[in-house]
Amino acid sequence: MSRSGRADAGKTGGEGETGIMNAYEKVMTARDGGRPTGSDYIKNIFTGFAEMHGDRRFGDDPAVIGGIAYLGERPVTVIAVEKGHSAKERAYRNFGAPSPEGYRKALRLMKQAEKFGRPVICFVDTSGAFCGSEAEERGQGQAIAENLMELSTLCVPVISVVIGEGGSGGALALCVADRVWMLENAVYSVISPEGCASILWHEPGRAAAAAENLCLTAQDAQTLGVIEEIVSEEDLGEPAFYERLRERLEETAEELSADPELLAARYERFRKIGRL
Amino acid sequence: MAELFHFLKPKNKLEEGGRAAAVQQDDGEPEKVCPNCRKHIPMSQLWADKLVCDCGYHFRMKARQRIRLIADRDSFRELYAGLETEDPLRFPGYREKLETAGHASGESEGVVCGTAQIRKQAVCIFAMEPQFMMGSMGSVVGEKITALFEYAARERLPVVGFLVSGGARMQEGLVSLMQMAKTSAAVKRHSDAGLLYIAVLTDPTTGGVTASFGMEADIIAAEPGATVGFAGARVIEQTTRKALPKGFQTAEFTLRHGFIDCIIPRKRQRGALAALLAMHCR
Repeated sequence: MSRSGRADAGKTGGEGETGIMNAYEKVMTARDGGRPTGSDYIKNIFTGFAEMHGDRRFGDDPAVIGGIAYLGERPVTVIAVEKGHSAKERAYRNFGAPSPEGYRKALRLMKQAEKFGRPVICFVDTSGAFCGSEAEERGQGQAIAENLMELSTLCVPVISVVIGEGGSGGALALCVADRVWMLENAVYSVISPEGCASILWHEPGRAAAAAENLCLTAQDAQTLGVIEEIVSEEDLGEPAFYERLRERLEETAEELSADPELLAARYERFRKIGRL
Repeated sequence: MAELFHFLKPKNKLEEGGRAAAVQQDDGEPEKVCPNCRKHIPMSQLWADKLVCDCGYHFRMKARQRIRLIADRDSFRELYAGLETEDPLRFPGYREKLETAGHASGESEGVVCGTAQIRKQAVCIFAMEPQFMMGSMGSVVGEKITALFEYAARERLPVVGFLVSGGARMQEGLVSLMQMAKTSAAVKRHSDAGLLYIAVLTDPTTGGVTASFGMEADIIAAEPGATVGFAGARVIEQTTRKALPKGFQTAEFTLRHGFIDCIIPRKRQRGALAALLAMHCR
């Protein structure tokens, strides 16, 4: 599927030395099991991480990790979707598909961050909210909706980084932020390319074409005004990579903490998307 | 008002798309076949019964029919009717689909918004349109809902909404996904202003609409038998390879699990909404 003739969509090409990657190659890269996961970011960027469990309602979702840590000198609340590395851990983490309890845990910790004036940093990497009957019974839709609503007026800075897959509402529930960044080869989409191809054309095999059309790459998301920054992957997982990201997070947390119009700007950030 | 309204759901609901069988011409009088009890109902009778079969099956209803059913006569003033759909991603085939949906529904987009009175009480009202791409939320739907909540907050009016939606509109990609956050923020501002929002979930209310303004109302009602959920039942079955419990994702199921306040049959909706509005009158 050619992208020519599309005036307002961004280029898909990767900026790195690896040459041009098409959208579906990026989807595959974003899903790659060898990429750093949420806990790697927590380990390498923050110090003194104290993990907090549970939603105080029903349970503790291993697909979402949350807690308090230092970003440089500043205490922050960190939330990360965790996919896990080994087969065993991936199963334990439910492959990074959060249940309602995961979103409720995240919200509980975010409200706590608000109480104590801590910025919130989220690392998002999920193919989507868990798709199962138990999740439906416990209100998956309600849990996501509540996060969208509450995050829109959370009185502390929120920064979200999509580090791999940003799967639909399940990702958005942790991305109602003042700044959303994406890794160079991360993807962010309303539906998986496979799901889109199967619904539209009844051919899951046309996922590559769907991926092109969905404009789900970091470059597309930036063009559409959905994200602010793209994080280079040239040294992904190296100490220098985390150091750069930590510095950028520190600067941005500092800048946002001083903004008296934080909530008005957050409202406008989403208000303008698709304004007619 | 909160009592359960029991009836069997057709087993092959998915295959039928929950829709009524096609209108048939039989000796001149058009009729519909109830997908639940298979009865043939003359259209004149069905209209008199507000598109509800004797067995309790609620046929889908167009947005303007809903508003006519609920609002005081001639009280509806439409807002944002002129908003036109953009095709932000230049998605292949989307323009054609919009055109077909426009012809099929007689509407220019998936939601109708405005102001009205319900038993002399002023409200902002929106009704989603099932025949326009199943009320899916793209930028126009998101914009109209957001603008309506902002208007209601300014004018200090309650919002009454009738929802029906397959969720986010994938042809608008991330722009459509962001409408979930945008509408939610507007609902929150309206709510923080101390104003009432009543949502009536009708068949089907799913996906990104459930996960945004569907589940954010002060009072969430549903029509009997309506499908209410986030992920699609078929997708869940394919993903988990487990059989789903009986009555999965019906309004009754959702009520039992504590996620909606009440189930209100169509014939009682106008009265019930008027009563609830009166209780919030200051």
